[in-house]
Amino acid sequence: MSSHNESIIREPLITGKDITYAKITDDILFPVDNKPNKAWWIGFTVASLGACLWVFAVSWTFWYGIGSWGLNKTVGWAWDITGFVWWVGIGHAGTLISAILLLFRQKWRNSINRSAEAMTIFAVICAATYVVGHMGRPWMALWVFPLPNQYGSLWVNFNSPLIWDVFAISTYFSVSLVFWYTGLLPDFATIRDRSIGIRRRIYSICSFGWTGSVKTWQRFEVVSLILAGISTPLVLSVHTIVSMDFATSLEPGWHTTIFPPYFVAGAIFSGFAMVQTLLLVTRKVLGLENYITMFHIESMNKIILVTGSIVGVAYLTEFFIAYYSGGEYEQYTFLNRFIGPYWWAGCMMYGCNILMTQLMWFKRVRTSIFLSWTLSIVVNIGMWFERFVIIVTSLHRDFIPSSWAMFYPTWVDVSVFIGSIGVFFTCFLLFIRYFPSIAIAEVKLLVKSSSEQAKKKLIDEGHLDPVQVEYYKETLINYDSVEISDYKKNKLK
Amino acid sequence: MSSTKYILGLFDDPDDMMHGIDKLQKNSIPIYDVYTPMPIHGIEAKLGVKESRLGYAAFMFGCLGGTTIFSLVYYFLVHDWPMNIGGKPAFAIPDFIPATFEWTVLFTAFGMTLTFFYATHLFPGRAPRVMDFRATNDRFVIAIDAKGNIPHDDITNVLKEAGAVEIKHNDRKYVSYE
Repeated sequence: MSSHNESIIREPLITGKDITYAKITDDILFPVDNKPNKAWWIGFTVASLGACLWVFAVSWTFWYGIGSWGLNKTVGWAWDITGFVWWVGIGHAGTLISAILLLFRQKWRNSINRSAEAMTIFAVICAATYVVGHMGRPWMALWVFPLPNQYGSLWVNFNSPLIWDVFAISTYFSVSLVFWYTGLLPDFATIRDRSIGIRRRIYSICSFGWTGSVKTWQRFEVVSLILAGISTPLVLSVHTIVSMDFATSLEPGWHTTIFPPYFVAGAIFSGFAMVQTLLLVTRKVLGLENYITMFHIESMNKIILVTGSIVGVAYLTEFFIAYYSGGEYEQYTFLNRFIGPYWWAGCMMYGCNILMTQLMWFKRVRTSIFLSWTLSIVVNIGMWFERFVIIVTSLHRDFIPSSWAMFYPTWVDVSVFIGSIGVFFTCFLLFIRYFPSIAIAEVKLLVKSSSEQAKKKLIDEGHLDPVQVEYYKETLINYDSVEISDYKKNKLK
Repeated sequence: MSSTKYILGLFDDPDDMMHGIDKLQKNSIPIYDVYTPMPIHGIEAKLGVKESRLGYAAFMFGCLGGTTIFSLVYYFLVHDWPMNIGGKPAFAIPDFIPATFEWTVLFTAFGMTLTFFYATHLFPGRAPRVMDFRATNDRFVIAIDAKGNIPHDDITNVLKEAGAVEIKHNDRKYVSYE
């Protein structure tokens, strides 16, 4: 299995002493096996209050109609579509981690893919609620699908990106769910085999009768690889199609060919920020510091930096093209982002997404848990404002000045948004309570090659280049889960 | 006559278990199956398990999905109710691509995964056929059918020599049945 050793200059992916396969199972299943702690209950109470607010606000919308939102004739899309795109974007990081990083054989994905995929699923659920909410008559939601009807049949229009979006989002959700659930089977079996009574029965049903025999694993690996292979273009197609909802219109500020790559980069950017927001807290509350290490945090920060910079280049390109196109309306739209009545939203967008992200160039920022968490919140806010600016600021002043208007959200708009965050966190907290929040089987694969103790054993054996060993020890200083004194003692010896 | 049905060699290390498989095979002792808490590469080659054909199934399902939705869209937009949109052709292939792509992926994912579940007999409510409860936790288990494989003590010794931490002589095939 591990006939060769991994290079010592690679950071460990599992830290801690006396890590055994049994200890990994126990550590990861601790929140599942035991009653939740106070932090979980506080979080769950707040989140479910938010979810209640969502139920109330959405019921209000369905009862009184879309008129209860702040929309008007000029700004017909506002908070709901902003929320929709924001949530879909957040979902993208989960698929990137589980699919794209699997194809690139990035082993560090093993301990974060499960929770990131869960995040994807909950985020897409939240996104879908906005679409259904905006229909006004949700009982007619089935009409988005090409179903035979008594009007002809009059079919849905497959020339429209809105229909492409129906197909993209529904496929994305169901394929992500299949991918996530297939990966959960071995871990459900682990819980099943160590519990008794009703718990065992429930997890037995969930585990589909998984045994871990040779053929099962062999097929499981083929399925994972192919699902990763098809999810990769799928996730890119989803935000491409979301961007086409805008890009195929004739609206200044929307009608640009750069939108697909720009939206995909922005989606991954915001998604990683949300993963960071969730995992920095989760690892602390669930005591998973040994599995979600500083290397994971720093790697995610690097991805945030790269995608944030791609988004920055896209912003600059938009400005240049607006200037270079010579189109008056296009030029005004982009000027309006700074000098119009929504200048503050523009500042939030450009400030949070470009300027703040550039701090990630500094290793000290990338490896500081507090700063990483703060910046992840900043990015979440910035990316919400990006969608708000693109949607509302472009719409509110386009061609005819007599139609210019302002958009002011009502309490219903605000409550639906805050409520959807509540729904998301309620789902996530239930997930970490009842599901293995880290892919146990996949993490076990790392013990012999990429764990701190395996590397320490290599150092103790002493056949390594001392320069490389020094380099390795220096990288460990940033880890909050490594006792650095162990290595100093070692040096004296 | 002993009542042993299956002999299990429990290893705490995947490398030792691989070594155990080699030893058993050298002694011409047939292996019933191997249960591991995580995927261990190389066992399938040793046990002569053929490469999975799920990839072909996935490809066929993908083709089916793409063909299905493309034909449907053709029927809707070209045959059944062609729309005049600024005089543009009704058979606008580029516009059909997104839906075709999505259903290709959708059918591939569901078709392949359901085939995997079907072929491996996985479904909700299936009684788990567990030979040892720790095989999903921290034990790498080699199972040997005791029937016809005698003497049992020799098998035990081979497993012990290979580094098995525990050897079980189970009277029942599956311990998970009540």
